[in-house]
Amino acid sequence: MGHIISVLVENKAGVLAKISGLFSRRGFNIESLAVGPTDDEKISRITLEVNAEEHSIEQIIKQLYKLINVIKIQELNPSNIVERELVLIKLSADSKARPEILEIVNVFRANIVDVARKSLMVEITGNSTKVRALEDLLRPFGILELVRTGKIACSRGSKD
Amino acid sequence: MAKITGAQMIIKCLKEEGVEVIFGYPGGKVIPLYDALFDSDIKHILVRHEQGAAHAADGYARVTGKTGVCIATSGPGATNLVTGIANAYMDSIPMVAITGQVSRAQIGTDAFQEADITGIVAPVTKHDYLVKDVRELPKVIKEAFKVASTGRPGPVLIDIPLDVTTDLIDENFKVEINLPGYKPTIKGNLKQVKQAAKRIAESKKPVIFAGGGIISSGASDVLKKFVKIAKIPVITSLLGMGSFPEDNQLSLSMAGMHGTKYANLTFTEADLIVAIGVRFDDRVTGKLSEFAPNAEIIHIDIDPAEIGKNVKVLIPIVGDAKIVLTDLKNEYENYIEKKGIPDRKDWLTRIKYLKNAYPLKYDRNSSKIKPAYVIEKIYELTGGDAIICTEVGQNQMWAAQFYKFTQPRTLVSSGGLGTMGFGLPAAIGAKIGRPDKTVIDIAGDGSIQMVSQELSTAVTNKINIKIMLLNNGYLGMVRQWQEFFFKRRYSQTCIHNCVDFVKLVEAYGGVGISVKKKEEVEGAIKEALGINNVVLVDFWIDKEENVYPMVAPGSPISEMLESEMLEGV
Ligand SMILES: Cc1ncc(C[n+]2csc(CCOP(=O)(O)OP(=O)(O)O)c2C)c(N)n1
Ligand SMILES: [Mg+2]
Repeated sequence: MGHIISVLVENKAGVLAKISGLFSRRGFNIESLAVGPTDDEKISRITLEVNAEEHSIEQIIKQLYKLINVIKIQELNPSNIVERELVLIKLSADSKARPEILEIVNVFRANIVDVARKSLMVEITGNSTKVRALEDLLRPFGILELVRTGKIACSRGSKD
Repeated sequence: MAKITGAQMIIKCLKEEGVEVIFGYPGGKVIPLYDALFDSDIKHILVRHEQGAAHAADGYARVTGKTGVCIATSGPGATNLVTGIANAYMDSIPMVAITGQVSRAQIGTDAFQEADITGIVAPVTKHDYLVKDVRELPKVIKEAFKVASTGRPGPVLIDIPLDVTTDLIDENFKVEINLPGYKPTIKGNLKQVKQAAKRIAESKKPVIFAGGGIISSGASDVLKKFVKIAKIPVITSLLGMGSFPEDNQLSLSMAGMHGTKYANLTFTEADLIVAIGVRFDDRVTGKLSEFAPNAEIIHIDIDPAEIGKNVKVLIPIVGDAKIVLTDLKNEYENYIEKKGIPDRKDWLTRIKYLKNAYPLKYDRNSSKIKPAYVIEKIYELTGGDAIICTEVGQNQMWAAQFYKFTQPRTLVSSGGLGTMGFGLPAAIGAKIGRPDKTVIDIAGDGSIQMVSQELSTAVTNKINIKIMLLNNGYLGMVRQWQEFFFKRRYSQTCIHNCVDFVKLVEAYGGVGISVKKKEEVEGAIKEALGINNVVLVDFWIDKEENVYPMVAPGSPISEMLESEMLEGV
């Protein structure tokens, strides 16, 4: 099961290594990772996506809390979040292929951010389903390079 | 304002933390620090290997409850500390380790004697610091002591580059500590405590499982009071020994792999376990799925990560053992005042029966020196009032089984990591911490050779510890496993006659006593206790004596191997 964990930490050297160490020593791979300062520059948010059993995740969260530089941890409920990743896709695209690519890019409300003689670069933001769908459609044209940020997520405001 | 060096600031801060003694070993990157120490009244014990410094600081902490401090230089000095730090981490011992580091500009260049020590120890410390600015020193040191000694205690490492120790700083420079992510829960949730009190009162077959947390929080007296009121038998973990007096009739001593059979059977029959400051280690639970099959569990621990980690818990209470136990005692008294005192007669009769039916035993009539006999004599001749340190292996288990621990902080033993070579340096630290006490290291011939150079530390500093060496010529505990589970194929466990221990200790200036006959045991212990020097008594014990009873690995703790089954004794 994929879990998205959002961790607020003190913005200090070595904190990320300690957090990732808690996962690696249990043999869990971090599927995705995003780090950046919050509105308070002394505090960073680390968003992690990991596949692990419920029980292991619970234990890891408790262990994360034991790290002195960790301030707060939230496991996000996937049905109540806004989740985004950003992907840059460099495609091989001669003039013949371009119209079709443009059409797909428009449908996905993605952007062309670089054009060269034999290639194009597409930028897309969205949740992973949307990004994957675009990736699949663009693959036949020949993906030269694909770069993705880690996933970030924010829980939705309460509805009451 | 007067300026001082970083090194002087470190010493000043250590003084402010109340540090009286440091165990350490110098080297290039800590020369300025040792130079500052030269002018200080903090006592420094020069060990012979940095592992010894960490273990000594650990032993000091275990007997005093204060934070142990050790120092090592960068690179190999720092890496030599690692086993000792890991040992303290596993047993939740407050320790601050200070290491020298190469100068800031050299970090990350594979400079001479550079090691990424904060990276190396991260998984075995509660926290660590690399100090990059002399002005961080006061804050870091204050935080380190706070983190090490509060909440669930543990080791903290401070790595200090050479040039930080030579930089200048205002003598009175101070920054408030700032630990936004560190707020240990001390007071247990009162609703849970009330529920627990009710559940305990309703239980027909309750048992208390007391661990090291009782000792580190100073909860022994409250525990005794609670037990007196609630009439519940008490089982301890290895680290919990001494938290409840073993001469009390409700004491069932230690459970687990080499625990008493009556403790293990009590766990198996109990309908409620009140676990306090323990972590249900696999050496205690045996086969987890069959551990305490009839029991619900109330788990009190200061570390929320321990609760529900290994066993399912009915009522979790996060908090300091002493504070929670005090509340629990009060709530329990309130409850029984209203609802009446629960009838535990049948259960207590059963407990008494189990204790009588399955005592610890050994062949008392043997003409050979039985290790259990030696330990019993040590207990008798010290009046049970000594601090007992142990090595790891059979010696450790015999000490736990046959010495009766009646006061907290009197057993100093490596529980979680099981570190051979812990006992001797830990005894040195313990004796420094409690010079008024007789401090004994119950040693194994294998273990002590991992650290025997520390005999020199003891003798030169007149730290008059007594080493009672249970010499069986084997890495006995491993040999025992080979005997039981590997068809007596004693692969690499025989260390017969590898050194003359009496001559060894004499070479360092201590006193050696050789004991080869049972009749000499008592006299030798008396003699050793009376000599004002480091003494090693080399007991040539029955070589292939085993530790019984034993739970085979992977078995439930209700199934114990006993000497009769295997040896027909
Ligand atoms: C540093 C370390 N290495 C290896 C072990 C594995 N081990 C556990 S007990 C033991 C034998 C200990 O021998 P000795 O000190 O003579 O004690 P005995 O069991 O004979 O009393 C060994 C090798 C260990 N616990 N620690
Ligand atoms: Mg031995």
